[in-house]
Amino acid sequence: MAQATLETRENRRAWGFVTPALLWTIAFFVIPFIVMAAISLATRKGREIVMAFNLDNYITFFEKAHLLKGLFVSLEITFTVTIISVVLAYPLAWIIAERVPQKWQRMALIMAILPFWTSYVVRSYSWLLVLAKNGVINNTLLHIGLIAEPLELASTRTATVIGFVHFFVMLLTLTIYANLVQMPPNYRRAAADLGANGFQVFWHVVLPLTLPGIMVGAFLTFVLCIGDYITPQILGGNNELALPQVIMLQLGRRADFPMAATLSIILMAVVTLAYIACARWLKMERT
Amino acid sequence: MFRHVSTGKTRNKLLGGAATFLLTAVAFGQGAQATEELNALVWCDHTDPALIEPFEKKYDVKVNLKEYEGTGAGLSIIEQSRPGDWDVFVIDGVDVHRAVEMDLLAEIPADALPTSDIFPEVVMAENNVVDGKIYAVTEKFGYNTISFDKTKVDPKDMEDMSVIWSDKYAGRIAIYDYYLPVIGLVGLGLGIDTADLGADDMDAIKDKLFAMKKVSKQVGEVVSSQTALATGEVDILVGGGEWITAVLSEDKPNLDWVIPKQGGLRWAQSIGVMKESAKPDLALKFVQYILSPEGQARLATSSCYWGMPANAKAGVNLTDAQKAALRWDDQAGYLQNSQLYPIPDADLDAQMQDAWVEMLQQ
Repeated sequence: MAQATLETRENRRAWGFVTPALLWTIAFFVIPFIVMAAISLATRKGREIVMAFNLDNYITFFEKAHLLKGLFVSLEITFTVTIISVVLAYPLAWIIAERVPQKWQRMALIMAILPFWTSYVVRSYSWLLVLAKNGVINNTLLHIGLIAEPLELASTRTATVIGFVHFFVMLLTLTIYANLVQMPPNYRRAAADLGANGFQVFWHVVLPLTLPGIMVGAFLTFVLCIGDYITPQILGGNNELALPQVIMLQLGRRADFPMAATLSIILMAVVTLAYIACARWLKMERT
Repeated sequence: MFRHVSTGKTRNKLLGGAATFLLTAVAFGQGAQATEELNALVWCDHTDPALIEPFEKKYDVKVNLKEYEGTGAGLSIIEQSRPGDWDVFVIDGVDVHRAVEMDLLAEIPADALPTSDIFPEVVMAENNVVDGKIYAVTEKFGYNTISFDKTKVDPKDMEDMSVIWSDKYAGRIAIYDYYLPVIGLVGLGLGIDTADLGADDMDAIKDKLFAMKKVSKQVGEVVSSQTALATGEVDILVGGGEWITAVLSEDKPNLDWVIPKQGGLRWAQSIGVMKESAKPDLALKFVQYILSPEGQARLATSSCYWGMPANAKAGVNLTDAQKAALRWDDQAGYLQNSQLYPIPDADLDAQMQDAWVEMLQQ
C-alpha cells in the first residue's frame, strides 16, 4: 500500500517536471505542425485559398520539374557540404585534441569558432566579395600569374558550398573534438600493444569511437544546411533554387500558403529520413 | 577484432553542447519605441532617413517602415497581418485596382492632393481612380530597360533588345529578379505590347527567358543587381534603368542606361492610405509630405534608388547634376517610347511566376 502511494507520488512528480516541456512542445510544434499539414491539403485558386483537403499540391510538386528540382538541388548541396565539412573538420579536431598542448587547446577552439562571432548574413556577403571577379581570390591568382582571366566563383553553387562549409566545419570540429578528448588514451595504447599499426589503431579504435561525434555534427549540418535560405540566396546568385528558396517564393511572391506548407512538409519528411538513417548514433538513452 | 565502444553520456553531452552552441548563435534585437507611430509598407526608397526624418521631426512621430519588392510580396505581408497593422501602402501603380478590389485602400479627398502639379503623363487616373474615387496617387516613376557599363560593352548593341538573349555578352549579364518587368521587356523584344500580353504568348516568352538565363551570370534583387553592375561582376543589367545607375552617377560615371528601339517598361509607384488605418489623418499627412516638392526631391534621390519625381515642382529642390542623372529634360521622349507593366489576371500571373521559377531552375 505504502509502496503504491510512493509510486503514485513519484509519478506525479515526474509529470510535474515533464508537463511544461510537453505543453511547450504541443503548443509550438505539434499544433503548428497539424495546422501546416492541414493547410498543405488546401489549394490556392486564383487569389483565394480553398480548403479542399486534397493532395493536389503534393501531386503538383512531383509533376512540376522546377519544384522537384528544388529538392534535388538542396540534397546535392547538403550532401556535398556535409561530406566536405566532415573531411575538413576531422583533421582539425584531431590536431587541436592531439597535437596542440592542453593549455592552448581552449584558445585553439576559440580561434576555430571565431568566425561564428560575426553575423551569418554579413559572413555570406563577405564571401561574395572574396569570391567576386574583382575579389581577393581572383586578384591574388591574377597577380601571381596562375590565371589569365578571373574565375567565375561568385553566384555559383561552388560559392554556396564554400559559404556553408566555412560555417559547418566549425560546428563539426566542436562535436568531433568533444569525442576525441573524452576517448581514454589506454584504448589506443592497448591496440598498439596488440600489434596494430597507426592506421589500424585509427581505423579500428579511434574512428568507431568518434563516430557519434561525427554523426551528431553531420546530422546537425544536414538539418541546418537543407533548411537554409540565406546562403544559397546570397551566394548562389539565383542560378538555381534550393527548396527553401522555392518555399520563400511561394510565400513572398504568390502568397500560396498551401504550396509553401506542402513543400515544408516534404522538407520535414527528408529531415526525418535523415534522422532515421542516423538514429543509431543519435539515440539519447544511456548505455 | 576491435569493437565500437558506445558512450551514451558522450552523445548526450554532444547534443546538449551543440544545442547550447546553436542557441548562443541566435541574435535578437529591440524594437524602436515612440509615443505615436505610423506603419508604412513601402518600397526600399522610402527607408532613406533623409526622406523620413524631416516628417518624423515635424509631426513628432516614429515611422515604422517595412520594405518589400513586388506587389505579390506586399499583398502577402498584408494577408499575414491584422487589419489596422498598416497605415500607408506604397504599391505599383498598375496594381492599385487590385488593392482596391481587396478593399485595402481608403479614398483620398481630391483637394488634399497636388494633382495639378503632377506630370500629366503620370497622373494615371485609370490606375489610381476607381469609380471616380481617388485611392492612390503616383509618387515616382522611371524605366525598366537595360543598364550597362559603357566602357565594357558597345552602347550601340544595347539599343536592340535581342542583345539580352544573344551570345555576344554571355556570362556578363545580370537579370533583375522581378518577373513582371522582365517578362514585359521580353514581350516588347518579341513585338508584344504589355497591354496585349496573354497566355498564348507565354510559350514564346518562356523560350526567350530560358535563352536569356543561359547567357546570364546571375538573377538578383535590387541591391545585388546594383552591386554586380557597380563592381564589374557583370556589364549589363536586364530590367535596370535610371533607378540603378542614377544613384551611382557621381562615383560610377561609366554606368549608363538606354531604352532600346523596341521600347522599355515604365514603372510608376503609387502611395495610398490603408482603409483599416487607425490614424488616417496622420497617414494622409505622410502622403502629402511625400508628394510635396521637398519630399519628392528627397524621394527622387533616395539612397536606395533614384527615380523621376511625379511632382513637377520637385525640380526646384534638385541640383542640375541630379536632374541630369535623372534625364529630367528627356522625359517627353522616354514617356513616348515606354509602356506600363503588364497587368495579368490571377491565372496569367500564376503562369508568369511558374515560367520565372522554371527559368531560375534552368
